[in-house]
Amino acid sequence: MTQANARQRKVTDAFVGKRHDVDVLVIGGGPAGTWAAISAAANGARVVLADKGYCGTSGATAPSGTAVWYVPDDGDTRERAKASRFEMGGRLAEHDWMDRVLTQTWDNVQQLADWGYPFPVDEFGQSQRTSVQGPEYMRLMRKRVKESGARILDHSPALELLVDDDGAVAGAAGVNRQTGETWQVRANAVVIATGGCAFLSRALGCNVLTGDGQLMAAEVGAELSGMEFSNAYGLGPAFASVTKSMFYKWATFYDEDGQKIEGAGSARGRGVIARELASRKVFGCLDLADEQVRAWMRTAQPNFFLPFDRLGIDPFTQHFPVTLRLEGTVRGTGGLNVTGRDCTTSVDGLYAAGDAATRELICGGFTGGGSHNAAWAMSSGFWAGAGAATFARANRRAASAALYHTGGVALQETSAHEGIDSAQVIRAVQDEVFPYERNWWRSADLLADSLTRLDALWQQLRSSAPATNAQEAVRAREAAAMLATARWMYRSAQQRTETRGMHRRVEYTETDDSQHHRLLSGGLDDVWVRRHPVANRTHHAPHAPHSPRESLSTAPHRALNGALA
Amino acid sequence: MIEIVNEARCTGCNICVRACPTNVFEAVDGGIPRIARQDDCQTCFMCELYCPEDALFVAPQADRPATEEDAQVLRDATWGSYRDAVGWGPGRRSTAVLDASYVLLTKAH
Repeated sequence: MTQANARQRKVTDAFVGKRHDVDVLVIGGGPAGTWAAISAAANGARVVLADKGYCGTSGATAPSGTAVWYVPDDGDTRERAKASRFEMGGRLAEHDWMDRVLTQTWDNVQQLADWGYPFPVDEFGQSQRTSVQGPEYMRLMRKRVKESGARILDHSPALELLVDDDGAVAGAAGVNRQTGETWQVRANAVVIATGGCAFLSRALGCNVLTGDGQLMAAEVGAELSGMEFSNAYGLGPAFASVTKSMFYKWATFYDEDGQKIEGAGSARGRGVIARELASRKVFGCLDLADEQVRAWMRTAQPNFFLPFDRLGIDPFTQHFPVTLRLEGTVRGTGGLNVTGRDCTTSVDGLYAAGDAATRELICGGFTGGGSHNAAWAMSSGFWAGAGAATFARANRRAASAALYHTGGVALQETSAHEGIDSAQVIRAVQDEVFPYERNWWRSADLLADSLTRLDALWQQLRSSAPATNAQEAVRAREAAAMLATARWMYRSAQQRTETRGMHRRVEYTETDDSQHHRLLSGGLDDVWVRRHPVANRTHHAPHAPHSPRESLSTAPHRALNGALA
Repeated sequence: MIEIVNEARCTGCNICVRACPTNVFEAVDGGIPRIARQDDCQTCFMCELYCPEDALFVAPQADRPATEEDAQVLRDATWGSYRDAVGWGPGRRSTAVLDASYVLLTKAH
């Protein structure tokens, strides 16, 4: 559809707004986008980085803190690190990619230290580099992007990709949502680093993450992968945004009467919490943390304590209500399918990095966020930036070359007079994806039930009038991206008639060996799903532990794999 | 959600207008920024970190603006407590250097 539509909608010379002509455009300014911009600039490219918010505070990492999958190349340490999550991820991870990410992440973290990130030093004088604090990390990354010569456009959401006569991606068009001014970046390659989609659930730092990049990419024909692995829920106080789960390892969970809820926990017991929350309130208390652990917690995650301190709650002694907020593909693993080692997609000139891309390659169908996602962001961003720079150099386009619009919903003229009620669409999508009984657990009847409404909603959007101003366009595109994401998720979930990774089917509670494949998906008016083999050398299968729990307590370097959720 | 731009502290530098990732604030000619889109606030506390005057207060409730019930929370508003905790600002040292996550990560698993 893209080509046909694109041909009809040439970018005209009457374009009013800011125009930038560069080699590489990076869309998104979180960890993946900033690494991509720095890497592209280091490879000689002229770079623009456009962020919907403010590069440095945007995205899930900035307000948070994150463990990094940072493992020394020391004996069998990396093999054990790989094996520890291999089973949990449903054996969909690929060894070549895990090896590459471990190597690249190691190098990038050394780079962070050289740039002056203040890593803590332990009692033996050893610099400890298995985690970074979000505000510090992203403030440093913004500084390095600027020093690389790349230009940052803040508050500048991209609304659509532009393509050339051959259908290759040739830039993007967007708006400055503070001034209302339109912009156009003509580039020879584009990196999508817009993050995952958390459906505006108000999970920490996630409301910037609405799947915008995936929508734009799908409009030019890009494929997604692993969209069934999209039902991660973050645990946190019911009243707050702080969905940082690691400390709940020291929590006990209670009902309203103060009775302990057996089996409830932050890791494997999270399903018990989801089940309980369907009918009653659940309370947490970090009563397993001793004085020393409490002190460490304060220095490890200062933001964890903000909501408690401000309400006068002592989380170590008082029971507080907890909830699970959907973090979708942010802590899920599905995203744009990566077809080459430089993180290219199936579309010429289009690259994907970070949570916008699939992370199945390194953790299959499960990640606790943090750790693997942080390693993937810095590695894939680094590769995508370099790949885009190389591609741009080899495929220069004349400044006068004809370009075409590709944006559909909310951007394309229709015969309708009525525009999109974005708030209503957003609520309608949330109603299908938030409920635990629809998404934490999936079942054939409820998936079909949700898809009937989601598909109808898409048709309604397709036939609505385009947005009339910048703010409206941004919100309508976010709504459309969430809707598209929900449909790829549930269509993929329908296809996977088994339980694997984080995808849980009520009717099929076991993993089915005959479904040991990935699921690619795509399309907008017509969503498609198809199988894709996992590329692994069989002789290299790691010696997997019998259960993830066992590996947690037995592997000495387990700490390096942990999600600082 | 963001609740207070402290008029006595705010100098109208508009850094918060730039730094907020969800575009909650709006610059006001000749005045201090106003909270123009409170419902878009994602309660990430980043504005507090970037405010050089410690003039902002984000209430802990993520899903709704403050009500009468929260009057005490707003009265007890602490100015710059988060910035102090992360060690940003003149004369402070980033507390990232004290980050004990590596110890907890080992203990958590």
